[in-house]
Amino acid sequence: MKTFSHLHEKLSNGEFAVTGECGPPRGANTGVVDKKIKLLRGFVDAVNVTDNQTAIVRMSSIAASAHLVRAELEPVMQMVVRDRNRIAIQSDIMGAYSLGIRNILCLSGDHQKFGSQPDAMNVFDIDSVNLIRTVRDMRDTGKDMSGYTLDVAPQMFIGAAANPFADPFEYRVIRLAKKIDAGADFIQTQCIYNITRFKEWIRQANNEGLTDKVYILGGVTPLRSAGMARYMNNKVAGMDIPEDVIKRMDGVDKKDQADEGIKICLETIEELKGLKGVHGVHIMAIEWEEVVATIVEQADLK
Amino acid sequence: MITASQKPINEIIKLIAPYKKVLILGCGTCVKTCFAGGEDEVAVLASALRLSFKKKAMTIEIEEQTVERQCENEFIQEASVKMARNDATLSLACGAGVQAMVKRFAKNIVLPGVNTTFIGIQESQGIFTEECSGCGNCELGIFGGVCPVTRCAKKLLNGPCGGSQKGICEINPDTDCAWHLIIERLTTLGQLDNLKTYIPPKNWDTSLSGGPRKLVREDHII
Repeated sequence: MKTFSHLHEKLSNGEFAVTGECGPPRGANTGVVDKKIKLLRGFVDAVNVTDNQTAIVRMSSIAASAHLVRAELEPVMQMVVRDRNRIAIQSDIMGAYSLGIRNILCLSGDHQKFGSQPDAMNVFDIDSVNLIRTVRDMRDTGKDMSGYTLDVAPQMFIGAAANPFADPFEYRVIRLAKKIDAGADFIQTQCIYNITRFKEWIRQANNEGLTDKVYILGGVTPLRSAGMARYMNNKVAGMDIPEDVIKRMDGVDKKDQADEGIKICLETIEELKGLKGVHGVHIMAIEWEEVVATIVEQADLK
Repeated sequence: MITASQKPINEIIKLIAPYKKVLILGCGTCVKTCFAGGEDEVAVLASALRLSFKKKAMTIEIEEQTVERQCENEFIQEASVKMARNDATLSLACGAGVQAMVKRFAKNIVLPGVNTTFIGIQESQGIFTEECSGCGNCELGIFGGVCPVTRCAKKLLNGPCGGSQKGICEINPDTDCAWHLIIERLTTLGQLDNLKTYIPPKNWDTSLSGGPRKLVREDHII
């Protein structure tokens, strides 16, 4: 079977995959990227490179992904439809492929209202489902959206996001199916703290036969403090941190809260490993990349 | 209707300050309904401006008039006498009204007194909501009559994003998630299967993206 990337190969071998995350710097300092590369290399199969996440302007995900390629750490280039019309999207996909980028995660993108420049105009020419379809069609038909045959068509391993914790819940699996139909090869989920709801979602996905068609990587983010847990639950769109998790963080001394957060994260990974239909884990240690090695080692993921 | 809201008085003062005689021209249709530029608003604004200029010891003469619709030539015509004897006209019509005036009175100064906001409805007394973007290619039929192009902050056509919670859009606690409304409505209609329909990339050529639009009705051209 033809595989498009190392991540694809690992998943297609039936191995439990691990992805990490690297947020590019707010500036052109490659040193920041290099530092994160050093912290993640050897511990994860691929690293998501975020695309102006939370609508705060940063080094482009294409450029930062290219730095990862150079350092032989496989990137999953995130691409949002917030900032690009279909012309720029296709052009950037070709450019990214030419730079050695082999995985893409197709997203809508956080609304600019949350970012540092809420006055900006957004694009949303096509939605994330059509972004997935565009990458798939380029790969499988060799043509761009106009039907023009490309001399070298980008051959990307295509990812999409799913949020099992957003409403309306009943619709979440239909949306997953739509993304799979559009061409998603793998899914990375929103951070899982509400394991009960996640299990219900994956049960529905299993029942619909979706987990046979797509690789699902459960998202985890270690909590650093009880304050962070509360902030994420209240302020981050689409986040669901149950009260008992927040209480558990509150219940330990401030200086031990980070350790408790890691513990919760490890317990979640353990649960995920045992779930049918879960093929890996996506560790989003936001600005806490040094903890990834610990989590990977303690969760026995190496 | 087209909704608008009156510009802040200080902005209006700056706009009209260079002129000695100003006509405030209201419009009796959409902007009247949304309390931005009908006869009543013209009167209130005129009084407020007279008072402001007086306080600043500046002189200005303000006249008032309201026509039925500033976007139609036959009504605009009624303003010609007063426009002729003033240095400038402050139009309280929408952007279309202001520009219709400019086309009709090419040598007169016409200034905007309102900010045109959207195509919408009065959802309840005093509350107006945006419902249509005028994209030129209406697909309300498949969405149960709720427009995701206008009412979803990300214009998503294939289902809600991950930020929708309890029927509320992530961008604002006062904003309903359009997709939540679509799903509710399709449930009521027994058309939930519509949700599975794949919606291809939208053709924006019929929208403003295709450049300023023109509607030609050959059968009505004289």
